[in-house]
Amino acid sequence: MLEHIELFFKSIFIDNMVFATFLGMCSYLAVSKKVSTAVGLGAAVIFVLAVTVPVNWLLDQYILQPGALKWLGAEYADYDLSFLSFIMFIATIATMVQLVEIVVEKFSPALYNSLGIFLPLIAVNCAILGGSLFMQSREIPSIGLALNYGLSSGIGWFLAILAIAAIREKIRYSNVPAPLRGLGITFIITGLMAIGFMSFGGMLTGGDEGAKEEAETAQVETVKKDTENKLANNTKVNE
Amino acid sequence: MGLLSKKDAKLITDPLADNNPITIQVLGICSALAITAQLKASIVMAVSVMFVLGIGNVVISLIRNIIPSKIRIIVQLTVVAALVIIVDQVLKAFAYELSKTLSVFVGLIITNCIIMGRFEAFALGNGPWKSFLDGIGNALGYGVILVIVGFFRELLGSGTLLGFKVLGDPIEKTGLYALGYENNGFMLLSPMALIVVGIIIWVQRSRNKDLIED
Repeated sequence: MLEHIELFFKSIFIDNMVFATFLGMCSYLAVSKKVSTAVGLGAAVIFVLAVTVPVNWLLDQYILQPGALKWLGAEYADYDLSFLSFIMFIATIATMVQLVEIVVEKFSPALYNSLGIFLPLIAVNCAILGGSLFMQSREIPSIGLALNYGLSSGIGWFLAILAIAAIREKIRYSNVPAPLRGLGITFIITGLMAIGFMSFGGMLTGGDEGAKEEAETAQVETVKKDTENKLANNTKVNE
Repeated sequence: MGLLSKKDAKLITDPLADNNPITIQVLGICSALAITAQLKASIVMAVSVMFVLGIGNVVISLIRNIIPSKIRIIVQLTVVAALVIIVDQVLKAFAYELSKTLSVFVGLIITNCIIMGRFEAFALGNGPWKSFLDGIGNALGYGVILVIVGFFRELLGSGTLLGFKVLGDPIEKTGLYALGYENNGFMLLSPMALIVVGIIIWVQRSRNKDLIED
């Protein structure tokens, strides 16, 4: 239970798709002019992520991973189809988006009309494919966690686009320097929001341990290289 | 350019500045920002996109008359995914460390909106040679921004360029560091990528007043 809660908050705040990994930036910038459209797209992204990540988890677990084909028989145990994951994931996503479109059109024409153009757009939203690829590279262990990951990163994306849309509606009344108007100021505001979201890093772990470890290993490596260089130089001098 | 007619040359030069895919058309930003903490990664990313976009545009342009328009998105995605798999496998084979740094972002070339955008807007209506030039031009425009962002982030963030210590050695305090200069580690973190792109847009639009939005 604890790991579910941890993953949930981590994917919404700390590893927020927009602010930490820049996924789905294109639609984030294009559709954030009005809060109402931003909410529509955000909701669609949550839904599609929550469906595709678990489906792709199953695909990854039972078809694509090295040794995943074991259930077919012992002679298939050595197969590694992971190079196919891009094409399989994107196929799942395109199918799911199409399916969602058909279902929504059938059962709720009003919602379909308001989402209209956004649904097909989602198929090429990097956040969706990115969710599945991160699920694969972070080796999420169970389908429940995969569902949780998809749902919560969708919520994180929703939160980000909602916030920027609200800010952009307000900023229309501010006196922004002409060349910076529109896209430029949106980028800079997003940067500032990302700085804000970085402060969530301490929420669960008491400091971003992963990042710290990485920095430490990087430092150790440079120091190692330096000493190696010095040693090499020393030996040269001795010769 | 003697090789190219004026119209063809325009296909390449236009996306470099006045119709840049990132700063003007707002496409393909996702992968552009995440990998720019190092110049090397930015260059590799730019070259990969150039390969995928150049070849992909030609392929789509060659088969444009036989694709049924209803399933064209799936066809386009398949072509891109196949090309990206090639790029990914080549990177894993010849530059394993780099492919680790780029991690999932190589895969995200598939959903790079520049690629789908060019397929839809250009390759579906033009011949292979023109589409090839258009693809290369747009990938160059994308690459230029990537290289600029990567240059500033690596130079100011870790004092190196392509891994060479151009500002001196921060541990032994040589070069600029002897004067009390410190690396700005903040440049390596994600928010600064956004702010650097914002500043590039600012500079570009104050030089060319036609681009200003209202």
